Amino acid sequence: MELDVVGLSRLQFAMTALYHFLFVPLTLGLSILLAIMETVYVMTGREIWKRMVKFWGTLFGINFVLGVATGLTMEFQFGMNWAYFSQYVGDVFGAPLAIEGLMAFFLEATFVGLFFFGWDKLSKRQHLGATWAMALGTNFSALWILIANGWMQHPVGAMFNPDTMRMEVTSFYEVLFNPVAQAKFVHTVSAGYVTAAMFVLGVSAWYMLKDRHMEVAKRSMAVAAAFGFASALSVVVLGDESGYEANLNQKMKLATIEAMWHTEPAPAAFNVVAWPDMEKRENLFAIEVPYVMGLIATRSLDEEIPGIHELVEQSKDKIRQGAIAWDALQKIRDNPKDVDPAVRETFIQNQHTLGYAYLLLPFTDEPLKATNEQIDAAAWSAVPEVWPMFYAFRIMVACGLFFILLTAVFFYLSSAGKLDTLHRDRRWLLHVAVWSIPLPWIACEMGWFVAEYGRQPWIIEGMLPTSAAASNLAVWEVLLTLAGFVILYSTLLVIEVSLLLKYIRKGPDEERTPDAAPAAPMPRTLPVAAE
Amino acid sequence: MVLHELIDYSTLKMIWWLLLGVLLIGFAVTDGFDMGVGTLLPFVAETDLERRVAINTIGPTWEGNQVWFILGGGAIFAAWPPLYAISFSGFYLAMFVVLAAMILRPVAFKYRSKRPDPAWRSAWDWALFVGSAVPALVFGVAVGNVLLGVPFTLDTDLRMTYEGSFFGLFTPFTLMCGVLSLAMLVMHGGAWLSLRADGPVADGGRLFGSAAAVLVLVLFALGGWFVMDGAIPGYRIVSEVDPNMPANPLWTEVAREPGAWMQNYAAHPVLWLAPALGFLGTIGALIGLQTRFEALTFVSSKFAVFGIISTVGVSMFPFLLPSSVQPDASLTVWDAASSHATLFNMLVATVIFLPIVLVYTAWVYKVLWGKVDEQSIERDKDTAY
Ligand code: HDD
Ligand code: HEM
Ligand code: HEM
Repeated sequence: MELDVVGLSRLQFAMTALYHFLFVPLTLGLSILLAIMETVYVMTGREIWKRMVKFWGTLFGINFVLGVATGLTMEFQFGMNWAYFSQYVGDVFGAPLAIEGLMAFFLEATFVGLFFFGWDKLSKRQHLGATWAMALGTNFSALWILIANGWMQHPVGAMFNPDTMRMEVTSFYEVLFNPVAQAKFVHTVSAGYVTAAMFVLGVSAWYMLKDRHMEVAKRSMAVAAAFGFASALSVVVLGDESGYEANLNQKMKLATIEAMWHTEPAPAAFNVVAWPDMEKRENLFAIEVPYVMGLIATRSLDEEIPGIHELVEQSKDKIRQGAIAWDALQKIRDNPKDVDPAVRETFIQNQHTLGYAYLLLPFTDEPLKATNEQIDAAAWSAVPEVWPMFYAFRIMVACGLFFILLTAVFFYLSSAGKLDTLHRDRRWLLHVAVWSIPLPWIACEMGWFVAEYGRQPWIIEGMLPTSAAASNLAVWEVLLTLAGFVILYSTLLVIEVSLLLKYIRKGPDEERTPDAAPAAPMPRTLPVAAE
Repeated sequence: MVLHELIDYSTLKMIWWLLLGVLLIGFAVTDGFDMGVGTLLPFVAETDLERRVAINTIGPTWEGNQVWFILGGGAIFAAWPPLYAISFSGFYLAMFVVLAAMILRPVAFKYRSKRPDPAWRSAWDWALFVGSAVPALVFGVAVGNVLLGVPFTLDTDLRMTYEGSFFGLFTPFTLMCGVLSLAMLVMHGGAWLSLRADGPVADGGRLFGSAAAVLVLVLFALGGWFVMDGAIPGYRIVSEVDPNMPANPLWTEVAREPGAWMQNYAAHPVLWLAPALGFLGTIGALIGLQTRFEALTFVSSKFAVFGIISTVGVSMFPFLLPSSVQPDASLTVWDAASSHATLFNMLVATVIFLPIVLVYTAWVYKVLWGKVDEQSIERDKDTAY
């Protein structure tokens, strides 16, 4: 990746998005867990469940604000760094973003205030309602943003309008019910649930190891194990759904995930380990499991999965056709009011390949006259680097399988009533749970990397290359803001982690046990908010 | 017949221009309290307890209020994509400054009271100040620049090039607009503190709020004089306008001429109501603050904000973002909207969700209403910020 404006903008977007997604999954899952715990409280009336909600709620709050703060950046970066993208697809892409604000952000942001400040001002049931509204809001927000993102992966329900020089919506229905968006929504939301479950499980395990707050820890662990097990199953089963959708719509992404250079006779084998070489365009080394890939990606034994070489050949044809569309578009653009209707017809016939012509522009100014070498170069420029895709995907999958195993074990122990004695009999298991806390975050970041880097070089699959989408900024401007975000974000991350650790160490308020005697008295004017 | 054709394209464009106004005013009125209070924080409250009083008047609701800002971004993206693309990439560094400041705000609210250390708390208090005052100032500067026209060009692919610089954004006129915007929100925040806080914090709100109101009167009048006198040129569409035209900004011809921002008032004198409301609201807020007539303060400062922002809107109509270097590229209501279908779909979504939002927001305000004083902070010390 070159460090020009496009490269730096990509780096900045990737950095800020990955950072936003450090906070998002915990918010998604923990909000639901809080709502579940509070439901138990309202149904049973037992105070301990309220203390649990307040304790996990404090950690939720520390995490939540950074999600909000970093989300602000995301909302405006499309315009700041991707001006041509915004102009080109705003008609389609802006709508889900705006609806997200209307339907989801207002809900979560308004009720989060009541969640923290409403304990004494609302009845039990009203407060529970506020908590559920907040949880619903966060999950709606995931839905709408993933409809937007799903459209970039699989742009349905839209067509290019040569008069306005942009994509315009032809079927809002198709945009909303895009199968890619649905697969992504379920997978991503489940990923958030797993993240929160593993977090609650790990922190509770830590208390058990220290023999502190046993009552809260045990109950929290039971909830987290059940919720985590269900979500871990769902993330893997629905991850498979994502793979299936990727095969239907983004064959190149699938081929790079698998480091599959050539089409294999069906059903294809699954590479467990491989050493892909971009220069030679083959794997120097690979360990295969027969049949598995074909089954995952096509759910059949006789469908072929196309390899990278074959896909590149196919895109050469699209590039040639795209050049025709591009040429017609220039004519319409320069003379919009009275261009020959035949030219408009030519454009309409070929417009679905218009995006491919943009791939040629870095190599020639006259796409229609491109040589075979130029077309070859353009087609190969549409292949993302293979090895990062290959390994990022495998890390995510390995984490997924491990989560199923771990949550299943805890779920079993909790159903069998063995959580009380864990800290004596099976300390190693508790240690495993504590050390696993970071893994869901790693899996999530890898997942986004696969989804987004695997879309390259397209910002909108098959429609607009990333290189054409950036704003006309100076390199120093983007460098300056990138540096600014790195400094600001790193500082905030250090502060948030230290606060989380402080409040985890402090633990939930205990009413009975002596070890939780109030900390040293504070000066009267400086009480600490314990919320 | 396709559903979206139920409403004419040109009517939808008008509706979305009005909704844009609703969003910006919604943002300034609600989040404006928070920015005003944040700006006043170091000056109206000295002890930690006083600061907590000030912060907790807005503590439970600032988060929902901020969504007006986010929704503003999203709605501009959806309804006016070229405006979203050109303004945010053109004002790139200014936007970064705004974002960096606004990122500090949520964190400051939440983290400030999590440690007792006075240095920690005072650092976050300043973060709140920066996170409130800087955006308030920059938004005003941005509006000033929009009134003047922004130096951008469009090529025939509608790819934008910005020819100005970051420091070029700051001219005497735009700085004046910035200070006006800051003063307006400080007045608004002061009014809020006088209503919701007690003791010295409320007194501070009254004092600074009144001073800010005086400044608003002066600067708003001065700004009006600049425009009426023709010191600030306006823009005018000179070609035939077809309000149903496809949204291509290059298809209209535009001239830049002194006094053009006064045209709408000449054509429709009723529009003078907008600036009149700005002045009357501000005067009402000033009187309310001085006489402790709370209901008057409360209503007036909102009307002031409403009047001042809509003055800018109606002066510029139908312009959204004029270009000073290539006036034909200027964005107007007629040539910079989304497609007919998108405007319609978004309107349906707005008609469904906005009333719901307003209802539950009002309910939440009602639940949380009441004076915040030192006793209430002591009492709620588990939940207060
Ligand atoms: C799958 C979930 C997901 C994804 C992919 C994204 N977000 Fe996000 N976002 C959330 C899930 C979320 C959330 C869970 O709803 C957050 C996180 C913490 C929070 O407070 O709400 C949130 C907060 C949040 C906020 C603050 C909302 C508020 O004030 O309440 C904004 C403006 C955005 N996001 C915008 C974006 C944009 C423009 C994204 C795309 C580039 C994006 N988010 C990706
Ligand atoms: C919060 C979760 C997300 C993460 C972690 C994430 C991650 C990434 C990464 C790693 C890149 C850089 C890819 C590269 O340049 O190699 C990227 C680019 C991008 N993503 Fe995402 N993404 C997220 C959500 C989204 C969503 C929801 C959207 C759209 C609604 C989106 C739109 C984009 C855009 C416009 C770019 C820049 C152009 C590009 O490089 O493709 N992202 N993202
Ligand atoms: C066997 C397990 C898994 C499989 C087969 C799988 C499959 C996939 C695939 C194919 C994608 C790319 C979708 C696209 O290209 O758009 C993806 C993305 C993603 N994965 Fe997984 N995944 C698994 C486990 C996990 C786990 C355990 C997590 C986190 C806890 C996770 C989090 C994500 C995220 C956040 C994304 C990006 C959002 C999206 O594109 O849906 N995945 N996954």
